[in-house]
Amino acid sequence: MTGVIVNQTSQTASGAVCAHWRDFLALTKPRVMTLVVFTGLCGLLAAPGHIHPVLAFTAILCIALGAGAAGALNQWHEAEIDALMKRTANRPLPAGRMDRQAALHFGVGLGVFSVLLLGLAANWLAAAILAVSILFYVLVYTVWLKPRTAQNIVIGGAAGAFPPLIGWAAVTGDVSALPIALFCLIFFWTPPHFWSLALFVKTDYANAGIPMLPVVAGEVTTRRQIWGYTAIMAAAAMAPVLLRLTGPIYGTTALLLTALFAVLAFRVSVNRERDPERMLAERRLFKFSILYLFIIFGAVVVDRWVYA
Amino acid sequence: MNALPPRDQDQIRARQRGRAIVTGLILGALVILFYAITIVKLRNGG
Repeated sequence: MTGVIVNQTSQTASGAVCAHWRDFLALTKPRVMTLVVFTGLCGLLAAPGHIHPVLAFTAILCIALGAGAAGALNQWHEAEIDALMKRTANRPLPAGRMDRQAALHFGVGLGVFSVLLLGLAANWLAAAILAVSILFYVLVYTVWLKPRTAQNIVIGGAAGAFPPLIGWAAVTGDVSALPIALFCLIFFWTPPHFWSLALFVKTDYANAGIPMLPVVAGEVTTRRQIWGYTAIMAAAAMAPVLLRLTGPIYGTTALLLTALFAVLAFRVSVNRERDPERMLAERRLFKFSILYLFIIFGAVVVDRWVYA
Repeated sequence: MNALPPRDQDQIRARQRGRAIVTGLILGALVILFYAITIVKLRNGG
């Protein structure tokens, strides 16, 4: 299928010829970007040393643009799959509001621009990590893993874990133990976060033929794996304290929040509800996991500012 | 090539106008940003 979008019913001639600027914005997945920008900002604020506010702003802007580019290229590649899922059917490409070529050009242009600008404004190590994160998300996760394996989001989750490294590298020009620990925290946080969502939107993924864990291995296995990855995530969350990279503010926050996360994950692991509408434990874990990451990264910054 | 109905032509013009305005604003913001980055880099000796 070349440039033809699947959902023809809502396609208008004007939509395909000239997309609205809001559709370009929607291509960047602004809601997903919030967490990426926040963790990148925390990496930048927690880093030792000084960065001029203009360069700090530019670094965060580049992380946002890079994430937007990755989102746009993801939607370009998955236009046909998105059309099959209720959750994504109204995106600009499956809804026929945008030409597919325009999305490709927008994504590539935005990605190249973000990497070059970060290299020129901050340093080329940060730019290289940004480039790797965009390529990892698009090529490794979207093109390679997602349609092939149920472990797609485990490895693909690395793409979302890069922002603290980028923020840190933008200030220091290198990468040390704390940003690597933060990378690991997001990496192991992703499976319980994403699989709790996948449990109650399982039908969507099944319809689109995406081998998400609940579709391929079943709900019981998914629930067990959520619990398993939560245990590893808990270790990753406590690692900065045990390695003396952070102080008691982070330590106390991480301990309390991770304990609560574990309780919610345990409830999901023992729940046997099969009706997605009644999966309250799964919805609760999904919502809390987002809050968890925001608070725990905020605690890293506060802790570093107080004790560094 | 078939001509588009007047309603679609109007919609395309409205969208082109909207995109031109947003592009102009983004370019203006980038000019300011590049100027600020240049000043900071010059002051830092880099």
